[in-house]
Amino acid sequence: MELLVAIVIGVMTAGGIYLLLRLRTFPVILGISLLTYAVNVFLFTSGRLVIGAPPVLRDGMDSYTDPLPQALVLTAIVISFGMTAVVVMIGLGAFLGSDDDHVDDAPHENEMHGVEEQS
Amino acid sequence: MTHWLIAPIILPALLAPFIVLAARYHITIQRAFSLAGVVAQVVIAAALAWHVSDGTVLLYQLGDWAAPFGIVLVGDQLSTMMVLLTAVLSLFVLLYAIGSGCDGMGQHFHPLFQFQLMGILGAFLTGDLFNLFVFFEVLLIASYGLMIHSGGNARLQAGVQYVLFNLIGSTLFLFALGAIYAETGTLNMADLALRVTQISPEETVGIRIAAVLLLMVFAIKAALVPLHFWLPSSYAEAPGPVAALFAIMTKIGAYAIIRVYTMIFPPELEATAGLHGQWLLTAALISLAIGMIGVLAARRLDRLVAYSVIGSMGMVMVSIALFTPEGVAAALYYIVHSTLAGALLFLIADMVRNARGSVELTAQAPMAGTALVSGMFFVGAIAMAGLPPLSGFLGKLLVLDAGFGSDHVTWIWAVVLISSLISILGFARAGSVVFWKAHGTPADEKTGTRTPPGTLSAFAAGGLVTLLIAHTVFAGQVHGYTTRMAATLFAPDAYIATVVETPGKLSKPKKEEH
Repeated sequence: MELLVAIVIGVMTAGGIYLLLRLRTFPVILGISLLTYAVNVFLFTSGRLVIGAPPVLRDGMDSYTDPLPQALVLTAIVISFGMTAVVVMIGLGAFLGSDDDHVDDAPHENEMHGVEEQS
Repeated sequence: MTHWLIAPIILPALLAPFIVLAARYHITIQRAFSLAGVVAQVVIAAALAWHVSDGTVLLYQLGDWAAPFGIVLVGDQLSTMMVLLTAVLSLFVLLYAIGSGCDGMGQHFHPLFQFQLMGILGAFLTGDLFNLFVFFEVLLIASYGLMIHSGGNARLQAGVQYVLFNLIGSTLFLFALGAIYAETGTLNMADLALRVTQISPEETVGIRIAAVLLLMVFAIKAALVPLHFWLPSSYAEAPGPVAALFAIMTKIGAYAIIRVYTMIFPPELEATAGLHGQWLLTAALISLAIGMIGVLAARRLDRLVAYSVIGSMGMVMVSIALFTPEGVAAALYYIVHSTLAGALLFLIADMVRNARGSVELTAQAPMAGTALVSGMFFVGAIAMAGLPPLSGFLGKLLVLDAGFGSDHVTWIWAVVLISSLISILGFARAGSVVFWKAHGTPADEKTGTRTPPGTLSAFAAGGLVTLLIAHTVFAGQVHGYTTRMAATLFAPDAYIATVVETPGKLSKPKKEEH
């Protein structure tokens, strides 16, 4: 199970980083979402993977799963969700205002490159 | 246990929603409450700083939970000094924002400003790494709103860059926290400091990765080359007073590096020995050089100031990267100086924008109120470039002196001195083009509205100038204080003992609350 989870985290991180490097708003936001999924699973595993064990200690229980990473993941999910919403709104505003969805600097030069590539 | 320690966080947290809910349509009431809150903040911060100046460590356990289980706020000399610096800076920035009318150009300036303060002060006060992440997010989400305040396409585009870069930083931060928790099972800083020493030398892979990841996160915040790309356009495009407040934000990265890499991963720790010092010093020297070259190369005044902030952060990080008490003491002195000087220059760039219609470094007709603005620019430039007699010069001397004993003394001295020369050239060029050449240039009719700086704006910028002068005059006392502070940072026993040994819930189990 550890191997499976590790592969899942790795694939999501790799995909996220690839999309981040696309330098246009939509793929970059998708990439960030993928990265946050990866980090959420990663945080979840940081308390070790245990199956079928309760998170709260009681009498007569000899194994338990660490509840803290679950609380951390919850916080991380809420924050990343809110942040993604903010970046979508700002990105949309920037795109509608300037008709350009590049996220890197010097948009004028990029526009010219874009024209050259299309023609 | 004093409850005053949490006041700097609670006060803006209550004030911001109050302003949104009760004073939404009345800019005067918003200003009054915001200003009163910041003044109270300064008083509280000064009292806290005075209280801990004898070396006591204040501890606030949220919900009375004992340290590794609950979140704690810790007020020691370093964190209270940063809190005081933030409070004083925000007072003058707020005065300028009110004076220049920037706060009325869009909605919700004051609530966002208060939330931003809450995040910054919380980041300085918290004693828990995950809580540090949460406060980073609080200050970032408020800064996103402030950065695109009053809109505009260029500002929105720079905002997208800024938000995305910081989102990547936050994700990295979470990876680092997950790795640290997996290795040690705690995220309380003091508890971590005790536990990392117990990791056996054969099993340090995880904690080494975590330490470097964490360093990268803080380096993004501190805009260290090559992780600085978010800074120039976002600071240049942000409204003037907001950029001035952001001058403290890069210092949060520096603060976090000082805190974490003197207490949790100190240079003598076996598990992470020799891991960060070398890289940090190289990156710091490069950012110092790049920043000052950027000052010379900038074609707009606001970009010039943004690059000078990168350069001065490079200077701070050079001093921190020595990881000696002298180095950290010099860095702390320089942090105060560079925050004030950077904020002053951003305010001046905004005055030039208002009084001249543009911040392009081209000769244009004299601006309204040129004598006042050029005088302040002169002071700010001298301070930032590090010429005598102001505190930039003293700070640079301290950094050079701290670097004298290091193995890399040649590099440090060469880069610091040459980059200073370049920055002097850059500032001299900008000043002469904007203020001096203007007198020989005929007036151009098509430039937009020009308003000379108002009394309140000039007073706010003048206040920062006064603080810079005070920082120079009382340099001996300030440096003495930072030296004592650095000594306690490198021997954090009092801090750790206070956090870990103060009793709270769970040290005497009883069932209550939930």
